[in-house]
Amino acid sequence: MIETSGVTKAYGDAVVLDGVDLKIPTGGLTSIIGPNGAGKSTLLSIISRLTPMTSGSAWVDGLDVSRTPTDQLARRLAILRQENHIAARVTVRDLVSFGRYPHSRGRLTFEDRAHVDQALRFLELEPLADRFIDEMSGGQRQRAYVAMVLAQDTDYVLLDEPLNNLDMKHSAAMMRLLRRAADELGRTVVVVLHDVNFASCYSDCIVAMRDGRVRRSGPPEEIVQPEVIREIYDLDVTVHEIEGHRTVFFYR
Amino acid sequence: MKPALIAGAFLASLFALSLLVGVSPLSAVDVLTFRADSNAVLVLVESRLPRTLALILAGVGLAVAGLIMQILVRNRFVEPSTAGTVESASLGMLVMALFAPAAPVFAKTAASTLFALAGTALFLRLLSMAPLRSPLTPPLIGLTLGGVIGSATTFLAYRFDLLQSLSAWTTGDFSVVLRGRYELLWLALALAVAGYAIADRLTVAGLGDDVATSLGLKHAHVMAGGLAIVAMITAATVSTIGSIPFLGLIVPNVVSLAMGDNLRRTLPFVAAFGAVFTLACDVAGRLANFPFEIPIGVVAGALGSGLFLVLLLRRRARNA
Repeated sequence: MIETSGVTKAYGDAVVLDGVDLKIPTGGLTSIIGPNGAGKSTLLSIISRLTPMTSGSAWVDGLDVSRTPTDQLARRLAILRQENHIAARVTVRDLVSFGRYPHSRGRLTFEDRAHVDQALRFLELEPLADRFIDEMSGGQRQRAYVAMVLAQDTDYVLLDEPLNNLDMKHSAAMMRLLRRAADELGRTVVVVLHDVNFASCYSDCIVAMRDGRVRRSGPPEEIVQPEVIREIYDLDVTVHEIEGHRTVFFYR
Repeated sequence: MKPALIAGAFLASLFALSLLVGVSPLSAVDVLTFRADSNAVLVLVESRLPRTLALILAGVGLAVAGLIMQILVRNRFVEPSTAGTVESASLGMLVMALFAPAAPVFAKTAASTLFALAGTALFLRLLSMAPLRSPLTPPLIGLTLGGVIGSATTFLAYRFDLLQSLSAWTTGDFSVVLRGRYELLWLALALAVAGYAIADRLTVAGLGDDVATSLGLKHAHVMAGGLAIVAMITAATVSTIGSIPFLGLIVPNVVSLAMGDNLRRTLPFVAAFGAVFTLACDVAGRLANFPFEIPIGVVAGALGSGLFLVLLLRRRARNA
């Protein structure tokens, strides 16, 4: 379980997170939604110890993220941030192999290679394995990053807007894949999403944030409601049940 | 293992060539059949061999230093001479020449290392404050910083009548290398080996702070360790043979284009190619205007700037 208590982040007078208390259950897929500036990405990077918090505490499986040695945490939790500008010229296979770094320290064992192969297969990257990532399309590169994060073989996988720069087809494929990572590989997947409908269709639990606070959290049928969406986004929408999924219509 | 064989063959033939080329004639046949006269042996042992070894050691060291800097700063165009590191090292040498002229070379190099480290730290500090919109911003900042430090150094040298010593540190020249005057360069090789020992950590750090931290690496530690290696290599080369322009840019870039940036695989090639580059430039400088010599700094500058332009245009064409 991921748990936060009173997590606050302030840059000078600007408070980005304001005492967030949150419990994200083990297993399944949890989406964090909210308008721009709600603090979603900041919360994710605090939970994954990439950003220090101003006050409060966060635990992953009972490990205090600000006290646990970073290499120990790297075997429990993997994070993929949004602005991944990797300048290094590495092949897809090399990149995914670096996902094994917390376990192998660079010396890949037989077991490490098996994990790398499995991640490559899972993301259908085998034909691209020897390509350099700086010579691939944005969608392919995104898949390579996700393969790296999965190869890390952690119970918790956190992704910050993994659908960024992906078209409809690749977005849907990515969400199906994250769903499979939760269902077939037993990972606890936490994603920051901008698209409420993707959150609605694929999540077990949705956390809705606004102004640095968690306003609501619960299953999609509780969160994807016109009054909740209005509370979070200040937007009047209609919600329709389409093929068994609650879908927000907000284009008019 | 074919590329390794080719690199090895190249290196061996240039090594032999560098031993044989010079004003004082030296026959390979005589040397190999032990028929060389005592004068030829003296030239070989006291001058040619030390010069050739110095070329290899400096080439390996500078190429690896450039590579480590490019990976850690995550920019293709930085190396010790475009990041203020070389100028800071020269300033350190000058300060030692002013305040402790009698200090042993090792102490002078140590002081020069500290200056190089401080200069590099200042460069990184400036980078963290500037908006990095273009990949050309970091080298521009580095060149500007180097210019400022360099002009302060020149001014100091001018006031204390040390301009000649300063030019010896800033222009690479191997014609002065004799036995007993280059051995500090073995340190550069040792440091390159140290870089290879932490190759995986350097590569992971090169994926960026966030990715490295997520993989359980202490990014700041690797950064400090890697840049300490760079500063020490720079100081060791500057204090013995001066600086060689473009080497640290060209060599890692060519290897990166062909083989990528996984240092565990590429670092040995960068090292070998660095030695090939210095050997080729120095031999060319010895032959171009025989029996006079053109310093390696000039040859490397001419050859390097041309190659660098090609690389720059190729990268642009590929990224467009």
